[in-house]
Amino acid sequence: MKLWIPFAAAAGVFVGAAIIFGADWDLPPVDTDQIGYRGSGMYHTLDREDQAALKLANVAPEPPYEADPEGDRAKDVYENVQVLGDLSDDQFTQFMASITEWVAPVQGCAYCHNEENLASDEVYTKVVARRMIQMTQHVNEDWQAHVAQTGVTCYTCHQGQPVPANVWARNLVPGEKGTGLGWSGGQNIVNKAAGNTSLPSNALESYLLEDKPIRVHSLTALPNGENPNTTKETESTWALMMHMSESLGVNCMTCHNSRAFNDWDQSPPQRVTAWHGIRMARDINQSFMTGLAPVFPDNRKGPEGDVLKVGCATCHNGVQKPLYGVSMLQDYVDSLGSKTNTDVPDFTTYKPGETTTMSPAKTTSLEPAIGAGEGATALASAD
Amino acid sequence: MALLSFERKYRVRGGTLIGGDLFDFWVGPFYVGFFGLTAAFFAVVGTALILYGAALGPTWNIWRISIAPPDLSYGLGLAPLKDGGLWQIITICAIGAFVSWALREVEICRKLGIGYHVPFAFGVAIFAYVTLVVIRPVLLGAWGHGFPYGIFSHLDWVSNVGYQYLHFHYNPAHMLAVSLFFTTTLALSLHGGLILSAANPGGDGSLRNKQDVVKTPEYEDTFFRDIIGYSVGTLGIHRLGLVLALNAGFWSAVCIVISGPLWNKGWPQWWNWWLDLPIWS
Repeated sequence: MKLWIPFAAAAGVFVGAAIIFGADWDLPPVDTDQIGYRGSGMYHTLDREDQAALKLANVAPEPPYEADPEGDRAKDVYENVQVLGDLSDDQFTQFMASITEWVAPVQGCAYCHNEENLASDEVYTKVVARRMIQMTQHVNEDWQAHVAQTGVTCYTCHQGQPVPANVWARNLVPGEKGTGLGWSGGQNIVNKAAGNTSLPSNALESYLLEDKPIRVHSLTALPNGENPNTTKETESTWALMMHMSESLGVNCMTCHNSRAFNDWDQSPPQRVTAWHGIRMARDINQSFMTGLAPVFPDNRKGPEGDVLKVGCATCHNGVQKPLYGVSMLQDYVDSLGSKTNTDVPDFTTYKPGETTTMSPAKTTSLEPAIGAGEGATALASAD
Repeated sequence: MALLSFERKYRVRGGTLIGGDLFDFWVGPFYVGFFGLTAAFFAVVGTALILYGAALGPTWNIWRISIAPPDLSYGLGLAPLKDGGLWQIITICAIGAFVSWALREVEICRKLGIGYHVPFAFGVAIFAYVTLVVIRPVLLGAWGHGFPYGIFSHLDWVSNVGYQYLHFHYNPAHMLAVSLFFTTTLALSLHGGLILSAANPGGDGSLRNKQDVVKTPEYEDTFFRDIIGYSVGTLGIHRLGLVLALNAGFWSAVCIVISGPLWNKGWPQWWNWWLDLPIWS
């Protein structure tokens, strides 16, 4: 008896069923954005059900109540307020209520504070939170080329979770064993950060932490020997582009006309915003995330021991404008709108459970240095 | 072109689908028929409209002339001539001309008493075209999803539509179609090579290189039996070629018609069904 026939038929039925029922098929009708000139094919088709689900998942919460900006300053009321000290007492309390809802709604105040001594820095998450507030202020003041006046808050990324849902860390690739089969270059495994393609696994590290050149496009129709890049480099670039597309729920047409990916004049203006976004993510990872490595415990690090880092999806969460462009920042301009104290403590000295005040030696917010007292008074009276 | 002596016996009356004897005649070597006239009519009108559209456009550079479909905002309605209406009428002319040509082939088949394989095969090509400019635009709700009629512009459209789905090489029907196109050329080259090798057995008549005789199909079969253990046969190779070629066109149509109507994400994401198989997930 030919046994292969029933086996092949069974395999066919199994795979066919997996394709029909396992793939996330869409159905018409669809909505389409026209991005470029008619007939150029620069369209973006959007499935209505998927869009409705995204809208539900990306709603900006209202502030718990309206805070009174008048009254005593938080730094005068509380101890060890290094970054938000210029807020009013009411604003400060309201911000603490908000950040709890944004980041640790289940865990509550104790997620960052020793409830016996709220001023203490002994819980590592408080040290991280302070640095993240500095980061948010930095983004809102210095990266308006990307976040514009809309700005960001903690909720943009955290959305009610202590660790944002979409972060990345160095990938455990299979390594370079079995070189007899060629050098895989991190390819041929599922790259979850790049839309489940098999494109190079650690492309985000190359571009959003290091600054490997992204634009590998030749500028002439025929090779002239000036472009040293090969297909290998384009694969990494493509992995980053996949990451951006999937992070924003857009396609290549949002920023490019594929007839000339390189040409800014033929590209939609969103490409400029994205260009700044790449540099912003790199800045955040270099200046804020990696520096916190000594503070994070092992269970808050990636499989290779590096800190979790931000990519485009961290803020965007599948939407072109995070939270559909609703500016939560407008309710928190005083706390998050601009930089206050930008000093960075030496995080290597941090000892969880022991360090009660984590601040740089020269910080002025707690112990005004001699001679700085007048300035501080002048500032306070200016308020 | 002169009529070849043996051709006269094939020039029989009848077999027409429409028009009876009225258009049942030849002009030189060409059979006319009702559909010959409609094909010519649509071709002339369509070409004239393309020239008109080119005259309205910014260039006479043959590579860059483009007749673009309407903006998406026109949906499935009619657009003004200069804003895509020309594209709509030219599309009607193109389909009219292609279908007329296929039906003219049918009439010739009926005259000769042969099968309809050639018009059927051409019908698959027409189906692929209609998929691009009618079926998919209707499913997506706007004529603007058709491709523009221009040498460079339609290539730009192909490129952009591929990148709408991030990485078109992950489209399973595209994979099938590409494989079938390659297999078609492989089969054709093997077949062409084999027939030429049997018809040109070698030998130039010099010394021991005696002029050899043309070989029979048994030799052709034996060649493939020797090398891969199987010969598909003289008729079989033509069935195979037709099946491969028609499937290439058919799956091309499938790969584009599912892009948008049935799939709006990046094509790499389609393969999540594989990653999610209960075997390893």
